[in-house]
Amino acid sequence: MEQLFFFYFAAVIAVASVLVVALRNPIYSALSLLIMFFHVAGLYVSLRAEFLAAVQVIVYAGAILVLYLFVVMLLNLKQDDRYHRQWPVAGVVGLTLAVEAVMLTLLKGRAIPPAPANTNETVEGLGNTEALGDALYSTYLFPFEVASLILLVAMIGAIILAKKDIGGSEA
Amino acid sequence: MTSYGADLLVILPELIVVGAACLLLVLEPLTPPSRKELLAWLSLGALALCIGLTGGQISVLNLRVSAFSDLVVVDGYARFWKLLLYGVTGLTILMSLPYLKAERLQLGEYYGFILLALSGMMVMVSGADLLTIYLGTELMSLSLYVMAGLKRSSPRSLEASAKYFVLGAFSSGLLLYGISLLYGVAGGTKLGAVAAAIGSRGFDDPLLLIATILLAAGFGFKLAVVPFHMWTPDVYQGAPTSVTAFMAVASKAASFAAFLRVFVEGLGGLKADWSNLFLLLCLVTLILGNLVAIVQTNIKRMLAYSSIAHAGYALIGLVAAGRGMGESGGASGLASVMLYLALYAFMTLGAFAVIGMFRKGGLEGEDIEDFAGLAKRQPLAAFLMLVFMVSLAGIPPTAGFIGKFYVFMAAVEAGLAWLAVVALIFAAISAYYYMRVVMVMYMREPDPSAGEVPQLVASPALTVVLACAVAGVILFGLFPNPLVSLALQSVLPLK
Amino acid sequence: MVPLSAYVAVSAVLFITGLLGVLIRRNFIIVLMAVEIMLNAANINLVAFSHYLESMAGQLVALFVIAIAAGEAAVGLAIIIVVFRGKISTNVDEMNVLKW
Repeated sequence: MEQLFFFYFAAVIAVASVLVVALRNPIYSALSLLIMFFHVAGLYVSLRAEFLAAVQVIVYAGAILVLYLFVVMLLNLKQDDRYHRQWPVAGVVGLTLAVEAVMLTLLKGRAIPPAPANTNETVEGLGNTEALGDALYSTYLFPFEVASLILLVAMIGAIILAKKDIGGSEA
Repeated sequence: MTSYGADLLVILPELIVVGAACLLLVLEPLTPPSRKELLAWLSLGALALCIGLTGGQISVLNLRVSAFSDLVVVDGYARFWKLLLYGVTGLTILMSLPYLKAERLQLGEYYGFILLALSGMMVMVSGADLLTIYLGTELMSLSLYVMAGLKRSSPRSLEASAKYFVLGAFSSGLLLYGISLLYGVAGGTKLGAVAAAIGSRGFDDPLLLIATILLAAGFGFKLAVVPFHMWTPDVYQGAPTSVTAFMAVASKAASFAAFLRVFVEGLGGLKADWSNLFLLLCLVTLILGNLVAIVQTNIKRMLAYSSIAHAGYALIGLVAAGRGMGESGGASGLASVMLYLALYAFMTLGAFAVIGMFRKGGLEGEDIEDFAGLAKRQPLAAFLMLVFMVSLAGIPPTAGFIGKFYVFMAAVEAGLAWLAVVALIFAAISAYYYMRVVMVMYMREPDPSAGEVPQLVASPALTVVLACAVAGVILFGLFPNPLVSLALQSVLPLK
Repeated sequence: MVPLSAYVAVSAVLFITGLLGVLIRRNFIIVLMAVEIMLNAANINLVAFSHYLESMAGQLVALFVIAIAAGEAAVGLAIIIVVFRGKISTNVDEMNVLKW
């Protein structure tokens, strides 16, 4: 049963991501991206990361994707976009990486490193919202604050860039 | 309930910088347009406070303090880079005062963003965990993407911002994927955990190899090393000149600092593998950076290629460190990289300060030809530019020579004499394009049909910047010992 | 029980798709979407490793990555809007004021 779910999610993720890159119309790409985000969330659930799955749906599918769709529609993009002339480069890079991916899959028996014994994180209740929140506001307090600064920069930066005329630059 | 008093004290400089940035952003709408300079002075005050704080710890330089469950570390290495970054940021702010006025970009947010970028850099140099380093990189990069596009009336500036953004986002994707693989291998994101896992589990894990390559590529974009350099000339040319100077010096220094820490503290066990990889990158960077710089006619573009080439010289030190680690050789290699970037900061800031205020009827004179006959019109300006160019070319008795000397010495000590010779040849080639600027200034007459001749528009702030830069270039060229011993003392502890 | 390597393989496929997308597409918005795919690939890795290593760090890092992706999207789309306003194009190649 578990395997069935995994293969369903994995297959849809792979197909949807290829469609994002391959489709000509940006709106179709954005919708494929939406499908991909939902199925990645499904994968998180199968890994017992329920909180992350919820965040994935709310932030990625709910907020980021809406932003993309909004911009695509606002700019009313044409769809006659051809592919880049970097095909050969991309082909070589893709092939090398694909071979590596196959190599990785074949390493089935690869020993998983034992969990470090001295972790002070609670192991039970992994993925549980409470444990995650606990770590976020204690062990990971510093990165949390830095992330808040990043969001501040993003917010103010977006406003500065997109605002019509500020300062004397247009004068 | 744990209290974070002691932890907060460790990151006090970061708090001051962030606090000043937030204060600036709040005060910005309250200050009338003619008073925006007050905001710049406020940020300089915050920087002075930070210099005092970190500089005050110089007597306990190598005291290693960790905070926030070991995610942040302040050691001699971090203090060295922070002091450098404060200085560079301060000079950039001073340089921006007249520049923004001339470009009619009276934006208070500009100074806020410089400080936010600086706080990102400080997090990068203090990060003891891959997550912290990644977040610091993102904070720095996002601020810089916005700053590159601030000159919104100019399509070139917007285009620079767009290109910088696409390649920056791409490179952080690579970096992050490398980090995720490293987490899988090591079971943790702390650099110490990574080093321990590599030590206990050997190196033949293909995941580890891919992770190393991805990390190298991700950092390669930030450092502008060939073949990850293609954004550099466009972005350096298009961005406002003061922002270009900040990117070329501060962002490069911070990226190098984080890069060295990750590869030495975290991946030190793989030094035999990565030193070969970086040897290759370093060679192509030296070749391409120096050769393409020759054909440039725009001085900002030329300096972009020169900055690529300089990243190549600095990489020599890392290669030497990788080869010589374990014995005594490694420390001098790393110290030479730190020294090189510190000295590079002075000459590059100086050169960009001159270019930013070198104006032709309100516009920047960016073509090398615009400098024709400058020696007759403004002998002092021409002489300053001469000093910076000579130093960039690495000719004694300037700082540039000292930087190259120590890097080459480190290479020779690590048994890479041939690399030092190759680099020396390319340094000689680089003298050609730097000296061409000097030739144009001293030997050429301006084209009489060109109309308005470009002038260096002097102002008190610019004078201070140029004086600091020239003093740095000449004093450290003649008396490098204090800086050399500082770099040697604050070098990362090698394993 | 699904093996860890299966998750890593999905993530690798996703990463390669994203990488190719950045390299071959010329539309700025689709390039950004490809970057989002790359970030998702890293997140799958992190969460899968976190599950199998029984350490929570991976999930926390993934949480931060989602926050940063949101920030990047905001800035990136703002840049697209300004560039578009002036030039009526979101094509990466048509930005050619600055040349090689």
